[in-house]
Amino acid sequence: MSERTEEFRERVLAAAVEKTPLRIRGGGTKDFYGNAPAGELLDTTGHAGIVAYEPTELVVTVRAGTPLAELEAALAEQGQMLAFEPPHFSPLPLWERGRGRGGDGGAAGEGIGAAPPLPQPLPHEGGGEFRATVGGCVAAGLSGPRRATAGAVRDFVLGVKLLDGKGEVLNFGGQVMKNVAGYDVSRLMTGALGTLGLLLEVSLKVLPKPHAEATLLLELPQDKAIEAMNRWGGQPLPLSATCWSDGLLTVRLSGARAAVVAARAKIGGEEVADAEGFWRAVREQQDDFFSGAAALWRLSLPSKTAPLALPGGQRVEWGGALRWLKSDMPAAAVREAAAQAGGHATLFRGGDKSAGAFQPLPAPLMQIHQNLKRNFDPQGLFNPGRLYAEF
Amino acid sequence: MASAEEHRQLTETEIARLVAGLRRILATDSLLVAQEDLVPYECDGLTAYRQLPLLVALPRTEEQVVAILKLCHELRVPVVARGAGTGLSGGATPVKHGVVLSLAKFMRILDIDPVARTARVQPGVRNLAISEAAAPHGLYYAPDPSSQIACSIGGNIAENAGGVHCLKYGLTVHNVLRVRVALIDGTVVEIGSEGLDSPGYDLLALMIGSEGMLGIVLEATVKLTPKPQLAQVVMASFDDVIKAGNAVADIIAAGIIPAGLEMMDKPATRAVEDYVHAGYDLSAEAILLAESDGTPEEVAEEIAAMCAVLEKSGATDIRVSRDEAERLKFWAGRKAAFPAVGRITPDYLCMDGTIPRKHLAHVLTRIAELAGEYKLRCANVFHAGDGNLHPLIMFDANIEGEVERATAFGGRILELSVEVGGTITGEHGVGIEKVGQMCAQFSKEELAAFHGVKAAFDEHTLLNPGKAVPTPRRCSEYRLTGTAKG
Ligand SMILES: Cc1cc2nc3c(=O)[nH]c(=O)nc-3n(C[C@H](O)[C@H](O)[C@H](O)COP(=O)(O)OP(=O)(O)OC[C@H]3O[C@@H](n4cnc5c(N)ncnc54)[C@H](O)[C@@H]3O)c2cc1C
Repeated sequence: MSERTEEFRERVLAAAVEKTPLRIRGGGTKDFYGNAPAGELLDTTGHAGIVAYEPTELVVTVRAGTPLAELEAALAEQGQMLAFEPPHFSPLPLWERGRGRGGDGGAAGEGIGAAPPLPQPLPHEGGGEFRATVGGCVAAGLSGPRRATAGAVRDFVLGVKLLDGKGEVLNFGGQVMKNVAGYDVSRLMTGALGTLGLLLEVSLKVLPKPHAEATLLLELPQDKAIEAMNRWGGQPLPLSATCWSDGLLTVRLSGARAAVVAARAKIGGEEVADAEGFWRAVREQQDDFFSGAAALWRLSLPSKTAPLALPGGQRVEWGGALRWLKSDMPAAAVREAAAQAGGHATLFRGGDKSAGAFQPLPAPLMQIHQNLKRNFDPQGLFNPGRLYAEF
Repeated sequence: MASAEEHRQLTETEIARLVAGLRRILATDSLLVAQEDLVPYECDGLTAYRQLPLLVALPRTEEQVVAILKLCHELRVPVVARGAGTGLSGGATPVKHGVVLSLAKFMRILDIDPVARTARVQPGVRNLAISEAAAPHGLYYAPDPSSQIACSIGGNIAENAGGVHCLKYGLTVHNVLRVRVALIDGTVVEIGSEGLDSPGYDLLALMIGSEGMLGIVLEATVKLTPKPQLAQVVMASFDDVIKAGNAVADIIAAGIIPAGLEMMDKPATRAVEDYVHAGYDLSAEAILLAESDGTPEEVAEEIAAMCAVLEKSGATDIRVSRDEAERLKFWAGRKAAFPAVGRITPDYLCMDGTIPRKHLAHVLTRIAELAGEYKLRCANVFHAGDGNLHPLIMFDANIEGEVERATAFGGRILELSVEVGGTITGEHGVGIEKVGQMCAQFSKEELAAFHGVKAAFDEHTLLNPGKAVPTPRRCSEYRLTGTAKG
């Protein structure tokens, strides 16, 4: 056991004795996400570094505190990538600037095309910079624009090394592509917001970067855009991202050169010049859509759901399966609309989180969640209430 | 087997209550109790293990499944779900004092949605039937286990089944959006959604690959994938299996993720060629099949790139399928590998370890040595792209001691997979077969965590008891003979 792991273990054992919950934090870029963090800070950022990376095996194993940016740079050197395109949220999302401690609040309302000002470097409670970590990325389970076609974080998690609430170091999954020995606990950790244990290491499947990409812009109303996304999704086209916002549909194609060329002709529209910048801004929530004071809702819905008849600004991603809604409607009404459509709604930021950030679970599922929590963290030490108030 | 013994025997009165209760729920022909009717259910594809169940229930409706579960829960009777019974690890092997719950009558495709690209199906629907139903829309269900004409989607979900196209298109876990599940107490829950995620823990990932131990899948929504315009396959021969293994790494290093990437060694190719006449090169020590799909331009580009790599990697012969018929012929051989080996030996055991590909040379050399040691033949079929190795151990159960030797040989291969950093099972599941080797792959604490997951869904261990996760006692027994961990 490494020194750092031993340190974490002692922290967990001490917390168990003192009955003080721990709030696990990587880069702290996603503190806004989920219910309010509680507990004594347990900073993972010192536990960093790539443990093993073999490009031809398509697998990388990293310590959880490794900055996401560092991992992505190492992969890029070998022409590979994290296909789920995780958001870093550092620099901070546009809506975070001017909030909290020391943003300038100047970005809101600036014209399209104006480069958003860089965020003020914010002091990190634990020292250091704001940097998203691999552990935070897996624990938050948030994926970026490529998600609808390439898959989510959970689809690329192959294995985890975990410190549970009893102070045991446990390994699940592994460093291989296919593994059905035992229940899929590694994927269970994805999106669990650290409530089941401290991730020490994660193994991820990586993929080669596409040989070619093109981003196209079309003018379309929302209903037509949703139709088009679904229609194209049913055809053998190399789609890798879609985003509709404010009457404009942006489509990214990725793959073999020939495939991208053929698809570009089929889809039409204007080629976007700074495509990389555009998709980064979408992923990091740094464009204008994300300014303003209204609460931001994330709705996950069946892709063909018609435009929501709800008041407030809307953005559509993931081939129609992800809808962002800026609205101060009552939480219950947003959730009801999402459930009606066959999906769920998360209060992503702002608004009144007193009813919880996440869609409430039916009683039998809540019971299973509580049972699982008890299994991995019997004393409720990790991130209490971060996911649901009940545990 | 450990499972049957560890489970409490029912008293005559309890059995009478169970049968009376089931008769109230099911039509006469949906409840099998006579020994001769039970025999077809005594094993799955792992025929070396056989066990008659107490009885077999064949419900037709969800209400019946729920009522059966409630009754079994109340009487504390074990329940073993069964799909098509093609499983290779004994997942559907009955428990002596338990009920087999067959989902075979749940055969309906409820909805194909060409716009959302999803299919909503009952659990007994055959894997291939989904693709057939989706074909008119230019769509198909991507995971294609070689058993796809027979195996059920419920069984695929329970095993997280893979296929020859999984490197590019994913396993079952990547292609299922939602399941409706009956828990052991009869509660019905929806897990996952027709969107891309759902709130809370990823219970869908837990359900997939859970070997019928967490709940009974009553219905599933699966993703459909657009059929590529064109697919073509390259068949390359090598005079050395190691060179073939290295060629796989070279293809991936070139930034190519083929739609399929499979390898077979000489004994496997021989068996297959005799059976399906796929046109395989019989002089080769190994052959590789590498598929490309997409637009015609894209396929041409990728096939050219792969041929260049294969040539550089030392292929002695390279053939590209000229048309769809030839492509299917090349694949027919690979897909028939198990039955082909089945023809040349009275019995065989199919291993399923996954290894980091870089250890392929070492693992194949060791397997050959072990074959000598156990005096048994072995053919190797390899999902080369994702490192999933299927050694097929040939034996004759009628020869004294061969079952034991084959089982021991298989166990050694699994332990070898763990030693090189891999896993004992890539897609067939642990079932009854590999439950001992779980003690080699996981520590006591890890196994305890698995038991905890199980208990989170099924407190009294009634669903498929004794499978997949060994008890501490089982591990101490295993430790006396094998190489267990912690
Ligand atoms: C010739 C041959 C080739 C094969 N090739 C492949 C391959 O390429 N890839 C691969 O992955 N596998 C392969 N297999 C293995 C097997 O086909 C798969 O494991 C398949 O998924 C099993 O499906 P089934 O319907 O036959 O399930 P069964 O064998 O009936 O059951 C398997 C498990 O699923 C559980 N189960 C079944 N239905 C349900 C349900 N509705 N709810 C909950 N649990 C359920 C059972 O309890 C059991 O644990 C092959 C098998 C054969 C015989």
